[in-house]
Amino acid sequence: MKVLRDTGLIFQRHLLLMVRSPLWVFLGIAQPVVYLVLFAPLLKPALQSMGATSMLDAYRVYVPGMLVALAIGGGLYVGFGLLGDLANGVIERSRVTTVSRVALLLGRALRDVVTVMVQSLVITVLSLPFGLITNIGNILLGYAILALISLAAAAISYGIAIKVNNPNVLGQVINNVAQPLMLLSGTLLPLALAPLWLRTIADYNPFNWAVTGMRALYAGNPGDTHVWGSIVFCGAVVIAAVTWSASLFARSVK
Amino acid sequence: MIKTKGLKKSYKTRQKRQTTSVDAVKGIDLDVAEGEIFGFLGPNGAGKTTTLRMLATLIPLDDGEATIAGANLRTEQAQVRRSIGFVAQGGGTTDDVTAREELILQARMYGLSRTEAATRAAEAIAAFDLTDFADRKCKTYSGGQRRRVDIALGIIHRPQVLFLDEPTTGLDPQSRAHMWDEIRRLRADGMTVFITTHYLDEADALCDRIAIIDHGEVVAEGTPDELKREISGDVVTVGVGELSEKAADVLKDQPFARGVEVRDDGELRLNVDAGDTAIPQIMRALEGAGVTLSTIELHRPTLDDVFLTKTGRSLRD
Repeated sequence: MKVLRDTGLIFQRHLLLMVRSPLWVFLGIAQPVVYLVLFAPLLKPALQSMGATSMLDAYRVYVPGMLVALAIGGGLYVGFGLLGDLANGVIERSRVTTVSRVALLLGRALRDVVTVMVQSLVITVLSLPFGLITNIGNILLGYAILALISLAAAAISYGIAIKVNNPNVLGQVINNVAQPLMLLSGTLLPLALAPLWLRTIADYNPFNWAVTGMRALYAGNPGDTHVWGSIVFCGAVVIAAVTWSASLFARSVK
Repeated sequence: MIKTKGLKKSYKTRQKRQTTSVDAVKGIDLDVAEGEIFGFLGPNGAGKTTTLRMLATLIPLDDGEATIAGANLRTEQAQVRRSIGFVAQGGGTTDDVTAREELILQARMYGLSRTEAATRAAEAIAAFDLTDFADRKCKTYSGGQRRRVDIALGIIHRPQVLFLDEPTTGLDPQSRAHMWDEIRRLRADGMTVFITTHYLDEADALCDRIAIIDHGEVVAEGTPDELKREISGDVVTVGVGELSEKAADVLKDQPFARGVEVRDDGELRLNVDAGDTAIPQIMRALEGAGVTLSTIELHRPTLDDVFLTKTGRSLRD
């Protein structure tokens, strides 16, 4: 109970900080719109290898992948925000109090989940004219997968931020994690084009399962093994990432 | 209130592929009484902050034992956290929120309800004179204002012990005097205050007792007066005009005089244990012998003299 209460406390604080920063909110909403507008003209020819014959088919393949990319990318870069709080003593001030250490991580990470949810909502609304949304239940299930992905990515990012505690190093580490992870998830480039060894690696990537599962949901197949499989895999990643990261919040930071 | 025994901490650093261990704190024993302002005086890098961070549960001890407000630092961390407040050297406020919001959050992190936290925050704002700026964002504060908010945050849960890491570093003289008053006020309320400082005058004027720390070890401990007396005692110079030889004869047989010297300019120089009690005795003895004093002056050793004696170098270097 204390963990939940404290998580709520930290979550409220970070939501407040986000709302107080209008540029942050604006750019957060602009990003998915830009993705959609810039990529859309390329979609049909590019996605023919995945069996997209119409524009609607192309969107059904592209949009789920882009949502996962947003969740991974949005989550992995949140560590930079923590570096500031580590430097100005806010984290240390919290660690002297009796506040739950898990809450220090979860409160922050859930704010990041909310960011991704809002961005996904923007995309969903923009997709309505294309007839992309057929079943609201499938879409909500997709959001649950996205929430797990962004929670895992945020926890990993905060953990790395505490470990390296340096913005330049953090940027390099995150780039080196994010790019291969996105590729191996088949978020933007279809893995159907990839050689076998690359596809084999991707088969063990929970986020690739998530992309395939999301595509199944948008295609109207909630019974696909990749749907429940991605929930199980991503859930396991969340548990591991949160446990690791929260232990770093509890331990010495300097 | 705070008792430590053999507190140790070392850090591993890697240099040219070799891992070396640096002993930051090498076995510190302390005994801080309830309701006193205890000062940890030492140069930068002496291990002051490391010790403070261990006592504040921020970093684990390598070795040793400590009890704070009756709770074991190793095994009863949650209880220690409830009874202590800690203010880091750089403070810890978020730029885009107000002092009131920070105070409420801090109180709630200690488990207080929303309404209790709001009441506490209002009380702290009144007590620390933050009213003028409490509802402005923290990024607009001056150094002194920010420092007051930091202290208010540190004691929002009414701890028995408050740790302050270099509370006046970077403050202008006026804010510094103000901060000393705040710290004395906390003591008057019964709080035990443990500060670190590298300012001699701060240790001298503010602290009831101090420990001098150098290279991770306590080299001297006591009240500032005791420490200064311990090294060389006080020096009293007496001006008696023509009668200096006679006065020297009178004074050298007195029990309090450890040495009497007549200087070339006719002034008498006495080494005594405690100048404040020696002065009336000197005056009485000279009057009894019919010698009239024209001047009498007390020279006390400074804490820097103490530091110099104990470590072989000056803290000002």
